[in-house]
Amino acid sequence: MKALIVGCGRVGAGLADRLARAGHDVTILDTSTRAFERLPADFAGKAIRGNGIDEDVLRRAGLAGADLFAALTEGDNRNVLMAQLARETFAVPRVVAKVNDPVRAEAYAALGLATLCRTTILEDAILEYLGEPVDGVRGVQPPTGHDHPLEARPAPAPPAVATGTRPEPAAPPGEA
Amino acid sequence: MYIIVVGGGKVGYYLTKELLQAGHEVVLLEKHPPRAAQIADELGSIVLTLDGCEGQSLARAGAKRADIVAAVTGDDEDNLVVCQMAKHHFSVPRAIARVNNPKNEELFRHLGVDEIISPTRTVLGAIEQDIPVHELLHLAELERGDLEVLEAQIEEGSPAVGRRSREIALPDGCSLFILIRDEVAQPIRPETLFQAGDKIIAITRTECEAALREELIGTAPTPR
Repeated sequence: MKALIVGCGRVGAGLADRLARAGHDVTILDTSTRAFERLPADFAGKAIRGNGIDEDVLRRAGLAGADLFAALTEGDNRNVLMAQLARETFAVPRVVAKVNDPVRAEAYAALGLATLCRTTILEDAILEYLGEPVDGVRGVQPPTGHDHPLEARPAPAPPAVATGTRPEPAAPPGEA
Repeated sequence: MYIIVVGGGKVGYYLTKELLQAGHEVVLLEKHPPRAAQIADELGSIVLTLDGCEGQSLARAGAKRADIVAAVTGDDEDNLVVCQMAKHHFSVPRAIARVNNPKNEELFRHLGVDEIISPTRTVLGAIEQDIPVHELLHLAELERGDLEVLEAQIEEGSPAVGRRSREIALPDGCSLFILIRDEVAQPIRPETLFQAGDKIIAITRTECEAALREELIGTAPTPR
């Protein structure tokens, strides 16, 4: 499997190393080379400095043709943007985005992204440890809604000249 | 109309101000308290000190009844999330995003943002319009600026193509100097035949530059 991971924090570095050890072709991206110090000295994958929200950077890092893309930076919105780039522009089959705001995590799961919410994962884990009832342990929230984030749209409207026409309100997919 | 503006930078501030003056109902979301307070001092209590990307914030701003959400922060990722949350979670009919990286425009449109404002693209377009496509490249100034060394790229369609050096009517004070073809420099002789792809290094008096351009490059698109 060919994997691209963005964000070389504890999770990103650990995941990259484990996948590389399992024999996968792994590339990890971070804006800071110091972050790569988290990788073990014998890390078998590639580490590239660059900003994952830039399409050109993702392409250079080999996103086209990747089997897995994981957006694990500290910014929910950055993760959401690059995950959607990976899925829509690069057609990566498996895309996971870390989204720590539970509301956004659920919203994007409904839009068809697999999301990972540290907040609910930790809450669930602690409650479970305490023996409190947990309504189904949520790890990665698989896409609950649409396969596609939006209904297929017609070609982009011509440049915005005030014509007075208004697009139809889009029905919210998945959930209200 | 009820409009929610997200991001209280320069764009968000002036946008809110104009919308208020036009008589719209406006709420501005700005997450940094000092900036939010500053704008509230000027524009009144239409500012909420909230992060517009948080799920709760749009709800508190009344996104369910908003006609338009305009995300104009300096960060593309934030603007995208605001618009997507507005459209899908709150069914806002119209979402407008400021996009800084022109490469993101297509993705934003594809993901359902209704209107895209791209300052980078706008400025880029203005610049490209202002610069004639083929320009004389200034290499150096001689004699305190009275003489210039220039490089002209000869393209297909240039009046110089297929002509010999001696056939080109140069103004006084101009001299074609070196021809660069296939990365090899050679002196230009009267019988030198020019072809597309050539580069010509010329020396000219400053005031003859326009005439030289006309002979070597053709009539440049009139700037502006």
